[in-house]
Amino acid sequence: MEETLEKPVGNKKPKMTFESKGRTVYYQMQDRIFKYFALAATSLGLIVLVLLLYSVFENGFGRLDWDFITSLPSKRASKAGIYTAWTGTLWIMFLTTIIAFPIGVSAGIYLEEYSSRNRMANLIEINIANLAGVPSIIYGLLGLEVFARFLNLGASVLTGSLTLALLILPIIIVSTREAIKTVPYTLREASFALGASKWQTIWNQVLPASVPGIITGVILAISRAIGETAPLIVIGALTYVPFAPTSPMDEFTVMPIQIFNWVSRPQKAFAENAAAAIIVLLSITFVMNAIAVYLRHRSQKKVKW
Amino acid sequence: MKIEANNVRVSYGSEQVLKGITMSIKKNTVTAFIGPSGCGKSTFLRCFNRMNDLIETCKVEGEIMIDESDIYHPKVNINELRKSVGMVFQKPNPFPKSIFENVAYGLRINGVTNKKYIEEKVEWAIKQAALWDEVKDKLKKSAFALSGGQQQRLCIARALAVEPSILLMDEPASALDPISTTKIEELIYNLKASYTIIIVTHNMQQATRTSDKTAFFYMGDLIEYDDTRTLFTNPKKQKTQNYITGRFG
Ligand SMILES: Nc1ncnc2c1ncn2[C@@H]1O[C@H](COP(=O)(O)OP(=O)(O)O)[C@@H](O)[C@H]1O
Ligand SMILES: [Mg+2]
Repeated sequence: MEETLEKPVGNKKPKMTFESKGRTVYYQMQDRIFKYFALAATSLGLIVLVLLLYSVFENGFGRLDWDFITSLPSKRASKAGIYTAWTGTLWIMFLTTIIAFPIGVSAGIYLEEYSSRNRMANLIEINIANLAGVPSIIYGLLGLEVFARFLNLGASVLTGSLTLALLILPIIIVSTREAIKTVPYTLREASFALGASKWQTIWNQVLPASVPGIITGVILAISRAIGETAPLIVIGALTYVPFAPTSPMDEFTVMPIQIFNWVSRPQKAFAENAAAAIIVLLSITFVMNAIAVYLRHRSQKKVKW
Repeated sequence: MKIEANNVRVSYGSEQVLKGITMSIKKNTVTAFIGPSGCGKSTFLRCFNRMNDLIETCKVEGEIMIDESDIYHPKVNINELRKSVGMVFQKPNPFPKSIFENVAYGLRINGVTNKKYIEEKVEWAIKQAALWDEVKDKLKKSAFALSGGQQQRLCIARALAVEPSILLMDEPASALDPISTTKIEELIYNLKASYTIIIVTHNMQQATRTSDKTAFFYMGDLIEYDDTRTLFTNPKKQKTQNYITGRFG
């Protein structure tokens, strides 16, 4: 490389070259190494996921039929179904959402738009961040003491939903705040300058612009909730319920508990049941994410950036 | 109608940025605020629609009277005040909505629901802002599809739709190209008949072209306030002289 500089071409002026030399070579190498590292990391994740899916589908797909979805649980693997489990999961999803969504979003709006920046606000902020990191089993213990025992709600769908709502509140609050933060100040200013009240500004400008972010956060949070097992076991959700819940006060089980129960049996037939149930649970999560993408897309179209 | 400021002092935290401004502004005139960057023009302008109230650290003292009533009186409804004192910002800041909805917003938040009335008002406001011909076929399109100059005129239309009597403009053309700037200046000239306009500018030609009166600010003080022609041709203060001849700023 250095040579080209020394060799005059035609007249005396050395020829210009734009080849890498010295430090740039090093930077380029750095670039390349990182690229391959990132690629390897991504592929590793993908490969593990594909293997997992493959193993689940291989074991469970044959077991998956309409009867499996509509049958009650049974001691005999071939007769057992997941009807009580998925209805339980849907109940929990629904109730958890209607409890956590309004509270979480309101808290996010309050913290971002109304609370003044004082020590109290900082304290709340730090605690919410901490809450997001508390192991879910702790929420289970809280739910057991407060909802199941103290409020006497028992091991009901309501207790489970309240517990999971607590669990996902910090996620919803944080993602609501993040979404609201991305709304430029100039937008609020424009609204206030026209005589809009604070609430009018939040409702007409800030929220529409942050809805995509909020929805994504909420759906991620719910996806997390439907995968939770530990806190629900702690509050006393059963591994075997003979009937699907029909009211918030009924006993219940959910998909992950059912799967956990089947996986822990030694018989191969139950392992197949578990795999089939996993496929259904994954499908529910997948559908949720699809809904999230759709809603995001729709709300983004409404906001005409 | 008349605007009167009496000994207005403003500070951000412990830093005082306006040190007692007294001036009076007549109806249907254009008043330009000039002065070097950071001298407090925007801060003073934002006292008239109490936008400074939004800044937690900002404290305003003194008195501002519009039509004989003290706008800092505790009984004043700040939202009502802002409806009669419109504002246009330095950078065009349309809402991420359609062109139509941008202009209709001020009416909607006032509880106007009559569709016909809103349509008429929107058309009227956009015409006032000399933008109608350019947007009449795409009112449903996003305001962000417009050029910067058009966006700024849309912001003016948006402010006019709520029928303010005073219009505050904070360097409304500083982010625009020369042709758009000319359009905005013509617009200001035409709007004078129906509105009292205060415009902040650091462009002295703009001040001479658009305004009747000019106020020169320097480091939080009002140095000189006079007819625009007089102030630029025959300033009474040395500081003004230095500034308009470009010796600092
Ligand atoms: N939000 C704010 N917080 C603290 N200081 C501010 C704020 N806005 C403006 N200032 C200060 O007030 C002074 C006047 O600012 P400004 O009114 O924007 O001046 P101008 O519009 O004449 O350039 C400047 O020193 C600026 O740093
Ligand atoms: Mg300014």
